[in-house]
Amino acid sequence: MSEKVTLRIDDQQVTVEEGLKVVDAAKIAGIDISVFCYHPKLEAVGACRMCLVDIGRPQRDRNTGELILEADGTPQIYYSGILETACTVPVAEGMVVDTTSEMVTKSRQDILEFILTSHPLDCPVCDKGGECSLQDLTFNYGLSDSRFPLAEKIHLGKFLPLGDLITLDQERCIQCSRCIRFQKEIAADPVLAFYHRGRKANIVSYSNPPFDSYWSGNTTDLCPVGALTTKDFRFEARIWEMNASPSICSHCPVGCNITLNTRQDPKTGRKTIQRVMPRQNEWVNELWMCDKGRFAHQFTSSEERLTRPLARNAKGKLKPVSWGKAIKIAAENLKSHPDSLVTLVGGRLSNEDLYQLKLLTEGLSGKAVLNSYLAGGDLTAKVGLGKGTNLQDLGSGTAILVVACDLEEEAPLWWLRIKAAAERGAILIVANPRKTKLDRFANYILRYEYGKETQTILDLISKKGEVPRAFKEAENGLILYGAEGMDFVTSQELSGACANLLIKTNHVGRKNNGLIGVWPDANSQGAWDMGFTPEKDLADCLTGAESLIIAGADPIGDGIIEDLSGKFLLVQELFLTETAAQADLVLPVMAPTEKSGTFTSGERRVQRFETALPPQGECLADHEIATALGESLGLEMLKGSSEIMLEEITLNQPDYGSLTLEALCEVPEQRPIVDSDALSYTGTVFKNTSGVGVQLSPEAEKTEIILKKPSPSKRKIGKGTLAVPVTHLYDQGIMIRTSEILHPRLITYQLIINPKDADKKGFSDSSQVELKLGDKKYNAEIHLDPSVPEGVILIPRSMGIPLDGPERAVLGPAK
Amino acid sequence: MKIPDLLRVNEIFRGLWTTFRSMFERPVTIQYPEVKRPVKPRFKGRHALKRYENGLEKCIGCALCAAACPSDAIFVEPAENTDQERYSPGERYAAYYEINLMRCIYCGYCEDACPTEAIVLEHIYELAYLDRNEAFFTKEKLLDPVSDPGMDTPQTVEPGLYTRSIPEMKDPI
Repeated sequence: MSEKVTLRIDDQQVTVEEGLKVVDAAKIAGIDISVFCYHPKLEAVGACRMCLVDIGRPQRDRNTGELILEADGTPQIYYSGILETACTVPVAEGMVVDTTSEMVTKSRQDILEFILTSHPLDCPVCDKGGECSLQDLTFNYGLSDSRFPLAEKIHLGKFLPLGDLITLDQERCIQCSRCIRFQKEIAADPVLAFYHRGRKANIVSYSNPPFDSYWSGNTTDLCPVGALTTKDFRFEARIWEMNASPSICSHCPVGCNITLNTRQDPKTGRKTIQRVMPRQNEWVNELWMCDKGRFAHQFTSSEERLTRPLARNAKGKLKPVSWGKAIKIAAENLKSHPDSLVTLVGGRLSNEDLYQLKLLTEGLSGKAVLNSYLAGGDLTAKVGLGKGTNLQDLGSGTAILVVACDLEEEAPLWWLRIKAAAERGAILIVANPRKTKLDRFANYILRYEYGKETQTILDLISKKGEVPRAFKEAENGLILYGAEGMDFVTSQELSGACANLLIKTNHVGRKNNGLIGVWPDANSQGAWDMGFTPEKDLADCLTGAESLIIAGADPIGDGIIEDLSGKFLLVQELFLTETAAQADLVLPVMAPTEKSGTFTSGERRVQRFETALPPQGECLADHEIATALGESLGLEMLKGSSEIMLEEITLNQPDYGSLTLEALCEVPEQRPIVDSDALSYTGTVFKNTSGVGVQLSPEAEKTEIILKKPSPSKRKIGKGTLAVPVTHLYDQGIMIRTSEILHPRLITYQLIINPKDADKKGFSDSSQVELKLGDKKYNAEIHLDPSVPEGVILIPRSMGIPLDGPERAVLGPAK
Repeated sequence: MKIPDLLRVNEIFRGLWTTFRSMFERPVTIQYPEVKRPVKPRFKGRHALKRYENGLEKCIGCALCAAACPSDAIFVEPAENTDQERYSPGERYAAYYEINLMRCIYCGYCEDACPTEAIVLEHIYELAYLDRNEAFFTKEKLLDPVSDPGMDTPQTVEPGLYTRSIPEMKDPI
């Protein structure tokens, strides 16, 4: 523990940790020192001078070192008469800080007057209006008059695109450099900088494409004025007109806490999401979120959404039917095919949906299957992250192994936090066949060939060397594993090897230790916990079934299987996917924003999201459909809201026994303190008032886990160019494809190869080629990337070329 | 006949005199709707959305009127101006503006909140409706008419001419 220091701020005695800045100490005491450039998560620069305070220090005798006392016995305090910046001065014993003196107030007025000399009178049309630090502070401290003539205001560019997602208004900028520092320090994408000097200084981006970062949206939260705004929210609504609903991001397994700001749309009369903002959770996403989570929200109000149940009529066409009829059709068909039911689910369903679907499947003695290319959900339940883990606490003494995944593309927030841990001194080992962005921060980089993932990890167990020793000797150890370039079987072996490594090195069953799966969906881990498991051969499993319930999965679109005709196929979907188009019955379901429920993140933290929007059309939640189906089939189903389901889950799932609604909604004290009344301190991040969730304990905390050592399968794939699947953040998945704002950022190419390979065949960047995979041919666009190993073609998932594991491929010119 | 009775006859004549006299007075009745009574200068009637002299709308869609409205009667949806399709000076205009006059209490706070003096409570007081929907006054109904059809919005203007949403004010305080 660090030393404590006691000081006085405005007649309040405060005891805080040594090393804190005065502004942070004041915040803890409940005193707001106004700031523009300071942010508790960024390095202080002391640029804006808004936090100037009067600081007095106790006097000591030069000879004896003793405190000089006043006549009444209190220490004599010396004020230098010069104001100091509270954001750069660390606290000291006996310090006296005055934040309200006449001199301080006067200096604040002067600074504001100075800033306003070149700040336009834009408040009525500015999207920041209502949550702008400059507006608030001017209201609190500013003068109503200025000594500078209005006509002399400097006029600079307005509404300039600073990248595809962010808009810059140069004259609103007050040069606090928060955005520049965020990009450099936190996101490690130093793409922003100042250009010019003095009052003309403005923000420029020097990347190509401009502002090329997955984190650009965060700069708009940090911006204390309306200089940086998102294109998504431009002139959409005023801040005070919107409702705020706490929610969980449904795009990746991190489970970022978000707030959905909603407002009625005048054209449709429907409530729609206007913007998505991060909500503080220091255990999950701190104050940040990635651009995919922030901008890919329009799918919920997409015109393409299914709004009515569709049934196949006698002519073979899908036609709308009523819910009563739809449930009747489903019940009749499920009754007439009593055996061999398969329920296939995707990871976008909530725990409540999954529990109810599992109940239905069990009642019909069917098989509950999860659609996931990543294996090992059983292992993460056994040797997963210990309860109480916070990636933010990791630093020196921790070893982190990231294997077979490109974290920034697959789970951006984990990338951010692992990178920060490495910067705090954690040993980072990155194992990947190609260079990823995390390599920059890695202490050790393990390169292997595609297909040798498991052997690489097994070598860490059996062989001696610097890397195995570093991992073994570290006090804490955790592994994040993905499925880059792997099929389900190899992924199973890899997860087994990772779990073995953790057990052998005694990194299980403790806080800050364990295994994390980088899942394809937000709730894949929850689906494993609810009893859904992936099949080794999913196509075989689906072909063998007589009736199928597919919820939130698209096996045909993913290329797992081509034809599902001849069976009773019931699909519960948001959109008319390729699988839904073949279905006998399509039931429209609510998007996660339209229902409440819980998701289990990759760190096995169960978090609750609440209803933000009314359902589109006649959509029902997946669990409501399952209940209706079960009841019409004469099964005993639990009926009610998601809260009742959650209670049932806690009773029946041993892992989830510790959950209660109260525990999920509990908000412990978090630092930095986010205060909706003092936005200048943390920016426009939402305060967490509805719970940080509960992390589940892995089995290893109770019993010793003994696993069989996996042996890597010796499959030969033949010779030639190897095509492997990888995951990209901005792919063409339906959830982002329907969000127009992200369109310029989406990747358009389907293949990524090394420039040397391209040279040999005479291809250049973005040329059209023909790819032969097995007996299938695809026309595709290529992208050149020197980080790809030679002789390998990377095929991003959800880009139209289905590939569920490494396969030999032939590239030829397009015909 | 007693004297008091004679006095009573006198009373009858007094009354008849009043009647007779009023026959020569100017009548107070106004023949509404043919004749309309003028209102006081500060009378607050139905709103109107004003225009600049060149026909551009004063309203910039800032929704401060909606924020100030105590009865939540105003709804504004802003949109972006371009020089090809310019509705108002600056970047922003009201794409959709609606006042629900059944909710409005004619307090005039919207007028006070408006930074461009676009919304004004006029002297219009004929506010009876046959249909509830008629009480929703949209932008089309509220906007002042233009003298010349060429001045109607949207206008195509020279680029860079109208960059400021808020007009320059000599003494803004």
